Order: sequence, then structure tokens, then C-alpha cells
Amino acid sequence: MSRPRTWPAHVFLAAGALVMLAPFAWQLVVSLQTLPDSLRVPPKFTPSWQWSNFADVFRSVPLARQFLNTVVVTAAVTAGQLLLCSLAAFAFARLRFPGRGALFLLFLAVLMVPGELFLIPRYEIMMELGWLNSLQALIAPGVFGAFGTFLLRQFFLSLPRELDEAASIDGANPLQIYWHILLPLVRPGLLALGMLTVMWSWSSLLWPLVVNTDPEMMTLSAGLASLRGQFLTNFPILFAGSVVASLPVIALFVVMQRQLIAGIAFTGSKG
Amino acid sequence: MHSKREWAWGYLLIAPMALGLAVFYLWPIVQTLYLSMTESGVFGGYTWVGTANFADLFTDEEMYGALANTLLYAVLVLAGVPLSIVVAALLNVPGLRGLSLYRTLYFLPVVTMPAAVALTWSYLFNGDFGAINHVLGTVGIDGPYWLGDPDFAIYAIAVVGIWSSIGYNAVLFLAGLQGIPRHYYEAAEIDGAGRLRQFFRITLPLLTPTTFFVMVITMINALQVFDLVYLMIDLKSPALEGSRTIVYLFYETGFVQNQRGLAATIAVILLGLILVLTAFQFRLQKKWVHYE
Repeated sequence: MSRPRTWPAHVFLAAGALVMLAPFAWQLVVSLQTLPDSLRVPPKFTPSWQWSNFADVFRSVPLARQFLNTVVVTAAVTAGQLLLCSLAAFAFARLRFPGRGALFLLFLAVLMVPGELFLIPRYEIMMELGWLNSLQALIAPGVFGAFGTFLLRQFFLSLPRELDEAASIDGANPLQIYWHILLPLVRPGLLALGMLTVMWSWSSLLWPLVVNTDPEMMTLSAGLASLRGQFLTNFPILFAGSVVASLPVIALFVVMQRQLIAGIAFTGSKG
Repeated sequence: MHSKREWAWGYLLIAPMALGLAVFYLWPIVQTLYLSMTESGVFGGYTWVGTANFADLFTDEEMYGALANTLLYAVLVLAGVPLSIVVAALLNVPGLRGLSLYRTLYFLPVVTMPAAVALTWSYLFNGDFGAINHVLGTVGIDGPYWLGDPDFAIYAIAVVGIWSSIGYNAVLFLAGLQGIPRHYYEAAEIDGAGRLRQFFRITLPLLTPTTFFVMVITMINALQVFDLVYLMIDLKSPALEGSRTIVYLFYETGFVQNQRGLAATIAVILLGLILVLTAFQFRLQKKWVHYE
């Protein structure tokens, strides 16, 4: 069979890729324009090297603080998810105990419920604890998740039983089997879940918006929303903030894209 | 292993997650169902009002507006799903070079914070100096104030919604495409079927399980849209009337007007809507999804 022509596919894919990329490229350009330049008709496509936009955005909202908040929350949520989900997933996949099936169904049921249903009671819990406007309010609900448990359980199920049996005969207890033998083998699953969690946690808006109204305690998503309220159509400033807020995850994605894409493809095959 | 000890280990390892899910997921579900039957007082506290909130929302124009806007948004975003199939099919062309570069580019919008995406597009959609109206102007069309006009806002937001999810869906479709056995195509080639015919007769039918899954999750996500509306439409804009979604109304009611009981009722209605429409999709799938 002759090699099929691929150039027609390239034409369409490249055109589409341009549509995907152009808004980012333009955001970057406008973040370096002066305000009058950004409002020109027809639009100006070159930067005016107004680096002060970045300084301005850091001055007008506590952006550095919000950046740090977002890093801390995302790191804590991701670490918590990886540990707690993998522990539960291991138990569901490898240990037998009464009620396991029913418990797992309950976990799955949680997966089906839209997030808005959790919001008001969680807000009240945080109020009771005096945790409104704190980072732990953003971390505590985030470290628990049925999705991650489900995802990692599939990875544990794919490993051969002989591994646990051999270790068990050697006198290892389940915690040792989990930590020393199986956890290293589900590394692809952990990386996939880790990337998905970083992405979701970094970007989430509704919960941070509701629970932390003090600008010092906001994450970047909510910070951008308040920046918009402040600057309306001053897009160079807004875009400087957007670039700072979105660049870390984009950079991480470029490095870790295989793991993230494997995770997403997995949700499709097992969904 | 001793079975009693295995039981104990099982419960012990599941306990942290189970407790967390109970506190932050299960209890809130029960609590929200209860709150949906209450009215929140000015100084906190809730009084039981039975189904009065549901009755109120049943005659509430804003609620109907939000319902209509949300459903329209969902339909528009679902109509964009075929774009992802096309992208995935092109990425799946045998011998294509640069696959991972394309995948990265199409995936950029997925990994970008929705708040930043929304800001970018509100610049592009600006009525006075936005690029979209400028392009439309060059072909003689006088573009509207997309984000200031209740008749256009939800369409502009749907464009962004589709744009942000093409890469995500294309990855799912690509995985589906790669699962279609080669021999179908080889047989078709022997029969002399062209590429386009193969696509419609083999690829699309065998891809339907993935298509179904993508349609379901796209719909569920679309029914919960909030970020894009919140960042693209000004709080006092008249366009809000044409773009206020159910979750937006939920946020406004619960956390701007502090009527948490009523907001809980909106959340319960959203749950009902999602359940009914998902069940409907599952019923419908028997007519068009092919399982091997």
C-alpha cells in the first residue's frame, strides 16, 4: 500500500492550531501594549514593550500573595489527593472486607452529583470552624475525591495478584505492600491524577470566590475576577495578570503532557 | 492473610477518604436537600417552608430565563462536538508527522485557567475595538456588542466554551479511533471504498460509544457553566438577562443576596435537570450507539 498523502490533513490541522494559539499570542502582545494602543481600530498586532503593566498589576492587587496562595493550595490538594486516593484505591482493589462493594458504589454515587450541591453546606462548615478567608478552607474539601479513588483503583486492579501474595508470605503487612511494592508500580496513574488535580485546583473559581473574599486570601482565579472589576477594559493590565496566572500550568503541561493526556484518555475508556 | 486482620486493614486504609467524603460530599447532599425546603433568615438560621421555594421558582421569570439560557448554551456546545471528531480524525491520519505538536497546541486552551481565557475572549468580542468585529467589518458586517447584548451574549460564550473543550474531546475521540481494529479499513479498501466513505461507514459508527460518552460529559459540564459567564459579562450589563445561567443564578442568590435556602433549591433543581437529561441521553443511545 502506498503511503497516503498527509498534506490535506496538515492544512486543516494547522489552520485549527492557529485558531487555538492566536488568542494566547495576542494576549501576550497586548499585555505589553500601552492602553491607547490596545484600544486601536484596526487592532495593533505588535507590542509596545510596556513592561510596567506587569509591575502595575502586582501593585494594584496582591498578585504575588495570590500566586503564593494558589501554589500552596494546589500543592497541598494534589499531595493530599495522591495519598488519600491511593490508600483507598489500594484497599478497594486488593483487600477483602464486608461492605466493600456497597462502599464503592457510594463513592461512585458521589461522582455523579454536581458540585453546586456541596457548596452551601461546605460554606457553613467553614463558617462554623472559623475558616472563612483561610487557605485551609480551600485545601480541606479539595483533598478528598471519588474520581481519583476510582482512577487509581483501575491501576491497582491491573497489577498481578502474585506480587501481594509473595510479599504477604514474606510477612509484609498491607501497608508495607501498598507503600513498597504496589505504589511504585502505579506511578503512571499517580502522575495522571496529579496533573489533573493540579489543573483543576489551579483553575477552580466558584468555591474560592465564595469562601475567601479577602483579596489577601484569594487564589489567582478569583483574583483575576476582582482585577476585572477594578480595571474593566484596561486589557493590558488584565492580560499581564492573566499571563502570570496561567503560565505556570501551561509550562507544567508542556513538560508533563503525556501523563495528563493518558489520564484524560483513561477517563474516556473507563467512563 | 488472616481474614479478620485483612478486614481491619481495609477499613483503616479507607477511613480517611471515607470520612472526608462523608463530611464534604455526603453530608452536604443531605443538608442541601433539607435547606431547599427552608428559608434563610436575615441574621442566619433557617425556617422550614416546605415546597414553597420550588413553587416560587416555578413562577420566577429569572429562573426560567436561566433555564432557557443554560439549555441553549448546552445545545450550542453539543453542536460543537463534531469539530472535535474532525480534529481527532485528522490527527489519526496514518503517517502524520507532528502529532504531538498539534496535540499540544489544541490542548493549550484546556490547561489555561478559564478566568484568563474568558478575559482574552472578552477583548476579542469587544464591540468597539474587538478583533472579531474588525474582521466582520472587513467583509461588510456590522458586528453587535456581543457581550453587552442579551441576544448575542450566550452565543459568544458558547464559542469560547467550544474553543476551550475541542482539545479535551479530541483526545477522547483519538483514543476511541485508535481502538477501531485496522482490519475493518483493510476490508473496505479491498472493496474499493474511498477515504470519505470509510469515514462515514466505518469510523463514525464504530466511534459512537466514545461520541456518546463525550456528549454526556459535555452536556453535564455545559449545564454547570459559570466561570465564563462570570468573567465575560459585567455584573450590571443588560446582557446578563440573556446569559445568566443556572449556576450563576445559584451564586447570585446564595452568596450575593444571601438567600441560601432558595439557592439550595436552585441546586436541587439543577441536580434534577442533570439526572433527567442524562437519563434521556441513555434512553436515546439505544437508537444510535453501536456496541460491538
